[in-house]
Amino acid sequence: MEESTRPPVASAHHVIREGDCAVLKRDEVFKAVVVLKRRKMIFEKQWFYLDNAIGQIYGTTFEVTSSGSLQPKKKVEETTAETKEAGTDNRNIVDDGKSQKLTHDDIKALKDKGIKGQEIVQQLIENSTTFRDKTEFAQDKYIKKKKKKYEAIITIIKPSTRILSTMYYAREPGKINHLRYDTLAQMLTWGNVRAGNKMIVMETCAGLVLGAVMERMGGYGSIIQMYPGEAPVRTATSCFGFPESFFNTLYGFPLSKVKNVLAGTFSLKTLPPESEENTLLAEESNGSLDDKQLSVQEAEMEYSTERPLAGNQPADQREVDIPAESEAPEDDKAKGMMLDKQKKQEERRKKLIETAALLKDKNADGLIVASRFHPTPLLLSLLEFVAPSRPFVVYCQYKEPLLECYTKLKEKGGVVNLKLSETWLRNYQVLPDRSHPKLMMSGGGGYLLTGINVVNENLKTDDYSEQKAEEPTSKKRKFQDRH
Amino acid sequence: MSFVEYGNNIKEGDTAIVYLGHESMFPVKVQHGGKTQTKYGVIRHSTDLIGKQYGSKVTCSKGGWVYVLHPTPELWTVNLPHRTQILYSTDISLITMMLELKPGCVVCESGTGSGSLSHAIIRTIAPTGHLYTVEFHQQRAEKAMEEFQEHKVDHLVTVKTQDVCKNGFGVTNVADAIFLDIPSPWEAIGHAKSALKLEGGRICSFSPCIEQVQRTCLALEEQGFTEINTLEILLRVHNVRTISLQIPDLGKAAEDNSSAEFDRGHQSNQDASCADVQQGTVQFKSSLPLREMVGHTGYLTFATKSLF
Repeated sequence: MEESTRPPVASAHHVIREGDCAVLKRDEVFKAVVVLKRRKMIFEKQWFYLDNAIGQIYGTTFEVTSSGSLQPKKKVEETTAETKEAGTDNRNIVDDGKSQKLTHDDIKALKDKGIKGQEIVQQLIENSTTFRDKTEFAQDKYIKKKKKKYEAIITIIKPSTRILSTMYYAREPGKINHLRYDTLAQMLTWGNVRAGNKMIVMETCAGLVLGAVMERMGGYGSIIQMYPGEAPVRTATSCFGFPESFFNTLYGFPLSKVKNVLAGTFSLKTLPPESEENTLLAEESNGSLDDKQLSVQEAEMEYSTERPLAGNQPADQREVDIPAESEAPEDDKAKGMMLDKQKKQEERRKKLIETAALLKDKNADGLIVASRFHPTPLLLSLLEFVAPSRPFVVYCQYKEPLLECYTKLKEKGGVVNLKLSETWLRNYQVLPDRSHPKLMMSGGGGYLLTGINVVNENLKTDDYSEQKAEEPTSKKRKFQDRH
Repeated sequence: MSFVEYGNNIKEGDTAIVYLGHESMFPVKVQHGGKTQTKYGVIRHSTDLIGKQYGSKVTCSKGGWVYVLHPTPELWTVNLPHRTQILYSTDISLITMMLELKPGCVVCESGTGSGSLSHAIIRTIAPTGHLYTVEFHQQRAEKAMEEFQEHKVDHLVTVKTQDVCKNGFGVTNVADAIFLDIPSPWEAIGHAKSALKLEGGRICSFSPCIEQVQRTCLALEEQGFTEINTLEILLRVHNVRTISLQIPDLGKAAEDNSSAEFDRGHQSNQDASCADVQQGTVQFKSSLPLREMVGHTGYLTFATKSLF
């Protein structure tokens, strides 16, 4: 791993800067954005500008004012310490729909006056005839609910695998094949993903799995991303805000050329020439095809589509946010681009040859697969690029394809410690005297098949026999030919 | 080899994992002249291991064979000598991600215990991060340090022998993340806070009992931690099996051929299954959950220290 000397960029910057990839957070809801001046953001039915956030520190909580600017909110002042009066049970509380004395119009008028959310909540409490009869716990719950509705508070945080995988699973599970974040966590661990590795990643999870692998490798080592179609989708990858250096050791390789590499017939001539020319366009269509499977609720996001910051990767031409339709590719500087384009093409070809060479070494340190494709053919081919005694992890939303994959790998041999698994995740509410599992939990986060690649002697001797049949063979067999 | 870097060939001093098959494996320390007994006979380190490629098949003296695997924190976890109850890879995975560990992170941990989590943390934060681990049990602390040296990761970890609840982690404002696996984590939250960087960081506490979690959550709130969240993760392992179910004999009506029809329908739906009409059985692949599984390890409580 020739790159292991390159130090990663220190993560010392904690200040929100213009152009940063950041994540907006309100309660448990996240949204990835690019921090830009004078750009209207819409998040959780609130609109605002991020201008004031620039220069603040990540983790700062802001209050949205009626003019759409953000005001840093220091401590969350403990409101209503006067929970003095409370009932013991609800035997006398009747739902007559008249307990709230403020009407819808009254509340709207309060809001229009620009009154702080906190005060509205206070008014609601004062005008609730039943509030004092509620139990302490019910009062607590009431306040929390109203706060959530009327207090416009957002926190700006730094993106990470934790945040982005949680966000994607909640907002766009279809885009990441319903890969739940705890399943992704298992993948990174079972793949022994770490600095210095040479990893092969095949994913159709919007680049989220790739980003997770890149984060864990910290810019050390190399990653070969196998992609279907014309170009890899890296929408989620760009939300991480990785430094440019991380992209220097990221390689892409078309899945459709894998057989060529394995057969030793790969050359640039086997690539259809026009595919190179159209890479950018193809990418757009590839991405938007993905987008079409999405709900339209994200139409608001158009505002945040913007050219990103890091990287010379073609994928970085894509928008950074969880996207709506992409903006049209640059059509302005038409002719002057021709030379540039040729140069870029040349670079791309060079990197492709480099990538093929990296694969041909057949010494990758791990394989991570998480795609919408059937895993069996992917595994049978891609495992050939992996060195012995290295782990592999395959994700599938469904169990059945992994059953077949398991069987085929057993037949083929050359793998040990095969394990089909799934994780369940339970969330808890922990409050004094009110602790219990949360009402709702996720029904499924997909399945994993993990294992370790080993030297496959079946391939050499064509011997599919099991241990017993092997026993008569010479004790002193040497495997030096494998060096 | 080292636990933070792959090596291709087995060398003297390496810790290698001898894999006998189906979850049966053990670690060996590779030494010139060393011998290891297995149920397939003896493995002679000098001739059978040293110089061989990791992942090769090694033939033992009785003719049987084993695979020799490169160590990883995950293989170590299922093979290490227990000095305490340990954390397994399922919990470790979630901890690693939710603490946002990556290369360069500085992490504080207590207690070190048997070092299961420590190895996983070190793997993730290498080559530029550091682990400060605190273990008040002298012997365990020493044993852990010995293992870190053997595994060539001692430059990435500092083991301190002290009581984390009384004396903290011995560092201030350096950590990106804290992990607590002690009986009374609420007593260490204050120390955890001061060990974390000024600009903030993440914390995780592992406790088997809900009462511990409640006290910890209260302490976290008192110390101003935010995003307090308690999770539990369970691993379900599935065994892949070929199952055959007998077709019941419902007697024969004159022209009724319903069982054959059933088979055909079944086959076209699912090519993995195959029916044997003569035998009156249907075969299919299935995955069976283990008859018994680990139902509870511990609650994982996460929180964020932010500036305010």
